[in-house]
Amino acid sequence: MDPIAVTTSVLQLDPLIRLVSNGGGHGAVATFIGVVRDNNLNRRVTHLEYEAYKPMAVKALEQICREADREWPGTRLAVHHRIGSLAIGDASIVIAAASAHRAAAFAVCRYVIERVKQIVPIWKHEFFEGGEVWIEGATANPEDETARLEAVRRACA
Amino acid sequence: MRVTVRLFARLRDIAGSGDLSREAPAGATVGDVWRSLVADFPEMARYESSMSSAVNADYARMTVAIADGDEIACLPPVSGGGG
Repeated sequence: MDPIAVTTSVLQLDPLIRLVSNGGGHGAVATFIGVVRDNNLNRRVTHLEYEAYKPMAVKALEQICREADREWPGTRLAVHHRIGSLAIGDASIVIAAASAHRAAAFAVCRYVIERVKQIVPIWKHEFFEGGEVWIEGATANPEDETARLEAVRRACA
Repeated sequence: MRVTVRLFARLRDIAGSGDLSREAPAGATVGDVWRSLVADFPEMARYESSMSSAVNADYARMTVAIADGDEIACLPPVSGGGG
């Protein structure tokens, strides 16, 4: 199991937990699952389609893992993002972070999801009752230190 | 020289394809390729200030020079993750 993946397969958290839990030095494993919601901005969402520039998305996730390791040394991290057509309730992203203590494990999980939304080239096409729209979030710039520090701030909030 | 242009999300919809082959003059930059796209697809112009670009799957600024066979990507604002 690769710690980083962008895949059309159904996501599973358990293998990621096992992956990061190797060894006995970790006293905490925190996890995050992003799930497809049935509503957005008062629209009744029917399903989502995620599209990726896959090789670049994998590289961006690798960068995020390196950043997390610099910020919280010694954490072990795994993140899988799903692409393709997802139904309401499906997991779009799963993250597992193991650390010696709980604070870093929680922080790394939060940091990763914030950074994914900032710099990973993946796009969400929302289909709702009466139409469809591409969701456009952040202008991706991996060198934007202000954005990175905002992710650190949220992770430690 | 010939380069491949990869377009995603709304930009792909506008072009009707996510994978274009384009001719570019020697010494061309990412920005030159972008401007030639906008000339063909004026609807793309509104992404000028919000998109990112990449060369061969690495982020690259509009001023970066490109080479024959390069893959240039135009990336609208991203929206991955969930929750």
